[in-house]
Amino acid sequence: MDLSFSKEDLAFRDEVREFLATSLPADVKDRCDRGLHPTKEGQVRWQKILNEKGWMAPNWPKEYGGTGWTITQKYIAAHEFGHASAPIALPFGVSMVGPVIYTFGNQEQKDYYLPRILNSDDWWCQGYSEPGSGSDLASLQTKAVRDGDHYIVNGQKIWTSFAHLADMIFCLVRTDSSAKQQEGISFLLIDMKTPGITVKPIIGLDMEHSLNEVFFEDVRVPVKNRIGEENKGWTYAKFLLGNERTGIARIARSKRQVERLKEIAKAERSGGRPLAEDSDFSNKLSRIEVDLMALEYTELRYLSMIASGKQLSAEPSLLKIKGSEIQQRLTELLVESLGMYGVPYEPERSYAGRNEAPVGPDYAHGPMAEHLYLRAATIYGGSNEIQRNIISKMVLGL
Amino acid sequence: MDFELSDEQNLLKDSVERFVKDNYSAEARAKLADTELGFSRDHWKQMAELGWLGLPFSEDVGGFGGTAIETAIMMESMGRGLVLEPFLTTVILCGGLIAEAGNEAQVEAIIPEVIEGKMMLAFAYAEAQSRFDLNDVETSAAKSGDGYVLNGHKAVVYHGTTADKIIVSARTSGGSRDEAGISLFIVDNNTAGLTRRDYRTIDGQRAADIMLKNVKVGADALLGEEGKAYPVIEKVVDRTISALCAEAVGAMQAANHITNEYMKERKQFGIPIGKFQVLQHRMVDMYMEAEQSKSMSDMVAMKLEMDDETEKRKAVAAAKAQVGKAAKFIGQQSIQLHGGMGMTDEYSIGHYFKRLTTIEMLFGNTDHHFKKYAALTS
Repeated sequence: MDLSFSKEDLAFRDEVREFLATSLPADVKDRCDRGLHPTKEGQVRWQKILNEKGWMAPNWPKEYGGTGWTITQKYIAAHEFGHASAPIALPFGVSMVGPVIYTFGNQEQKDYYLPRILNSDDWWCQGYSEPGSGSDLASLQTKAVRDGDHYIVNGQKIWTSFAHLADMIFCLVRTDSSAKQQEGISFLLIDMKTPGITVKPIIGLDMEHSLNEVFFEDVRVPVKNRIGEENKGWTYAKFLLGNERTGIARIARSKRQVERLKEIAKAERSGGRPLAEDSDFSNKLSRIEVDLMALEYTELRYLSMIASGKQLSAEPSLLKIKGSEIQQRLTELLVESLGMYGVPYEPERSYAGRNEAPVGPDYAHGPMAEHLYLRAATIYGGSNEIQRNIISKMVLGL
Repeated sequence: MDFELSDEQNLLKDSVERFVKDNYSAEARAKLADTELGFSRDHWKQMAELGWLGLPFSEDVGGFGGTAIETAIMMESMGRGLVLEPFLTTVILCGGLIAEAGNEAQVEAIIPEVIEGKMMLAFAYAEAQSRFDLNDVETSAAKSGDGYVLNGHKAVVYHGTTADKIIVSARTSGGSRDEAGISLFIVDNNTAGLTRRDYRTIDGQRAADIMLKNVKVGADALLGEEGKAYPVIEKVVDRTISALCAEAVGAMQAANHITNEYMKERKQFGIPIGKFQVLQHRMVDMYMEAEQSKSMSDMVAMKLEMDDETEKRKAVAAAKAQVGKAAKFIGQQSIQLHGGMGMTDEYSIGHYFKRLTTIEMLFGNTDHHFKKYAALTS
């Protein structure tokens, strides 16, 4: 057992810091720090910079373009990225469909899609949830019927983040309605420009447009766009969800949120004194900080187990539960720290063409938007209640 | 960065686990806790023979030079069996004070005796008004000739009942809450003027209130520099807290295991109660608290072996806060999920609850450590 950094680790940390200081565009950093959704242009610009550096996919095997970093290096990079408010790559391509492709895809699929993911040539979105299939994902109804070299896809997906910006969607579709629910599902990669796809916006609680409904009407998808075997899609879907659970703990981001809270609490006043000196406030913050520290070391402990060849069961579900709870507590406290200026709120698009900054202190622009959006953190990626079911079954054997 | 145990560390872990399995069935522990002594001298002898009592001491005094990590490995396994022998008090806490502050003569007179299991120690630091503040010391030590005269009342001295020597914190100068002016003295438990009131604690252990009335000690009783004991106490207590966190992790894991098994066996409405989702989710929350605590316990043991003093102190406060919170939650919910069975003295879960309740409070409760953490990070 050892927590220390080697000389090489420290040199690596300096390299990451130097890279972020020189290469992270100021506008991209600012949006990320405030907790606002990235613009497509800014996000792609940043991801291409990451790819040029060779750092787009730290978790991929080296042969497919991964970095080959040790656990310690991954930890250092995540910490530095979070501290600098450098956006992580959008998960749908690099963290979700990418690993499915290199694990279960054929050579042609690997050769075509993986480089395009690394270079952000395709913006991916995730076609999982349906109006009748949320937590009960395996009940999904979108159908794909074989017609020669194509599937004809009909149905509807919902809560599809950034589908309106996407070039590609990975979709769970039902290819066998007679089989047991989990056994009739296939995993398709679908070009969003295919005729018959309609994207309708869902304006969120944050009054922004990030969510969508995606409709499929006789959409012809080449059979070669299927990952793995027909009717084995549930296996790939579960693999993807398992990967997703570790990423969405967002620990480095939460550490940055703690720093922001401390900055704001120095500027805000309570009872004529800095908010930072208010004992109720500092008590709440300390409790979040300690939970976050425990989560950080839990993640490291699990990574260490994986690195030493141990098999994890449903432990990553813990990271998802605790990570999302902490994200919500932090944005709640951020909004609280703003006092009255927590309330003014206008969606970003209403500022288009206006030459005027949002009202209140500069740091008040962002927390409420993120607070509203992150109510979803305990719902998406398998709700926290579903995660508890998974731990109960897989780890506790209940 | 690595959380895995080395081969030697795995051997140590196996050896303590075997000891616990052989000697600490729920029935055996209950019997032992009910004896007058409250632990077993035979076990203590075994621990000495196994080399455990020398674990944290340097090799030049006959120890094994173990770090906070080896201590944590032992304590976690001991926690699983709610071991009653005063390893934490004698070896980690008091042995730590002697090794840290003692002069050559003191170290040579005491440490080898401790390692061989021939001497037990206790640390009298708390007072009625001090709560969890190690700097709040009213007990006085007045210079008198070559030595000192001690007067005061020390509260809840763990294992003060059986210790051969008591280490006493007393004020040689300054106001009652000053960090400067605190000194440590090694006092024989049968010294004239020292009286005790012995009692049991809820975790099945023994403690005493110790009254010092004109207790005369020589200059050689002074442990460390006069008036400069506070940083030493703080440092050794931090190491003790790390060990205590590990013990708590073992106890929490055991409590969770017992509760989890009970949920599979106990049937109501015709099915095991573990099939009810509301209870499953409670059990998952208990599991997660134990996991978070395990990570913090490992973290603090490793941090204590590093250089940054502020980081160490932050790590200790954070770890004890997390462990304290988890200890309360798991202890209480274990009882709840057992229903009526959890209320009995006979069934083991209540004993875990009681030890976890004690640990939450020892060396500063959860609120105390959250405050300390806030002060260190603001």
